[in-house]
Amino acid sequence: MATQVIVLAAIAAACIPAASALASARWPQRSPAIAILLWQALGLGWGLAAVGALAGIGVAGTSNGSTGSENGVAGAVASAAAGLAGRLAGGRHWHAAGGPLEGVRLAALAAGLLLFGLLCWILVAASAGVLRARRRQRALLTLLAHGDPKVPGALVVDHPAAAAYCVPGLRSAIVVSAGTLALLDQAELAAVLAHERAHIRARHDLVLLPFTALLRAFRWSAVARAAHSAVALLVEMLADDRARRRLPARELATALLRVGAAGGGHAPSGALAATGDGEVAARVARLLRPVPRLPLPAVVAIVAGAIAVAGVPAAVLAFSF
Amino acid sequence: MDVLWESAEPITVRQVSLRLTERDLAHTTVMTVLDRLAKKGFARRERDGRAWRYRAAESREAYVTELMLTALDQTGDRQAALARFARSVTDSEASALRRALDALGEGTGS
Repeated sequence: MATQVIVLAAIAAACIPAASALASARWPQRSPAIAILLWQALGLGWGLAAVGALAGIGVAGTSNGSTGSENGVAGAVASAAAGLAGRLAGGRHWHAAGGPLEGVRLAALAAGLLLFGLLCWILVAASAGVLRARRRQRALLTLLAHGDPKVPGALVVDHPAAAAYCVPGLRSAIVVSAGTLALLDQAELAAVLAHERAHIRARHDLVLLPFTALLRAFRWSAVARAAHSAVALLVEMLADDRARRRLPARELATALLRVGAAGGGHAPSGALAATGDGEVAARVARLLRPVPRLPLPAVVAIVAGAIAVAGVPAAVLAFSF
Repeated sequence: MDVLWESAEPITVRQVSLRLTERDLAHTTVMTVLDRLAKKGFARRERDGRAWRYRAAESREAYVTELMLTALDQTGDRQAALARFARSVTDSEASALRRALDALGEGTGS
């Protein structure tokens, strides 16, 4: 039991510097899809390992760990949780009953359960928030937006600011402001639409959702912030790549520059300083001077690493308790 | 909804129908639409004798502003609800982008 807890704790601890390193690495823009896979594996591996390590410490403190081996993880955690509840009910007999070491174990179990609950809750809360915001968007678009032959399949909102975005979901929509229509030429508009269609078709919003949830829960954490903006940028690069397959990269690049530059006049710099510093510039540079994709051996190594990061904690949890 | 926005004062279902002359809509259809708008909070209604009088809850501009604030991510609430084409940038970055655009234009200006 002790070995497994140490392994899980080590993995959970190692995920943090690994995420920081990945956020500042240069190679992800060469193969965004592979990098996103690694980000997902890091997130999943960290969650499993952190919850597992804390719960493992807690479980080790009750029944000599023997009930756990018969009933699996759930049984072990449940019996330990019952112990925890009993101790809490016991109130002032806490120290008398188990000693300080027992207290530490139960605190670890409580922290593990709390973390597990928190991770589940933030995902549900973030999804609900996203769905609510999208419903509001769709309702407003039904009232305000109209079609335009210059952007077939997209909705136009009469506003002078330059904005182009999509509302993903089952009833998806691509929205372009009148300002954008005036700003871009026909080829650039086609590139914007192709980019947004790529987002909608590949459901990039679902890729980003867990990282947004993590950011909401750990707003103070530099790693959570770095992870979110790194994945957000990689998703944009994926959509750029998809759009570039059918349309010239140059139009997409100039469209990005025009929309990005026009948006700057309205943005309060303080509120947005944290998001996407140099993001547009990075995407433009990548479109105009394509970087070679990662060689196959590197891809294989990264995928193997991703499988290990998420798979080892999952295997330890499934087989050891 | 456009009819409600154009009207200065609260109007009845019949008045809305009359102003939608180009589209031949049944009275009940207009009533249903107005009822739905009121339920969603886009229209407010008040009793006037036996009929309801409807008016827009907010001006068209207010709704456009709400839509664009969300789109430009200036509400301070960063959510994954939408995927924007280009993120809003700071003023210094915007001027850097404008320079890049100019350079690009000159490079292939011929």
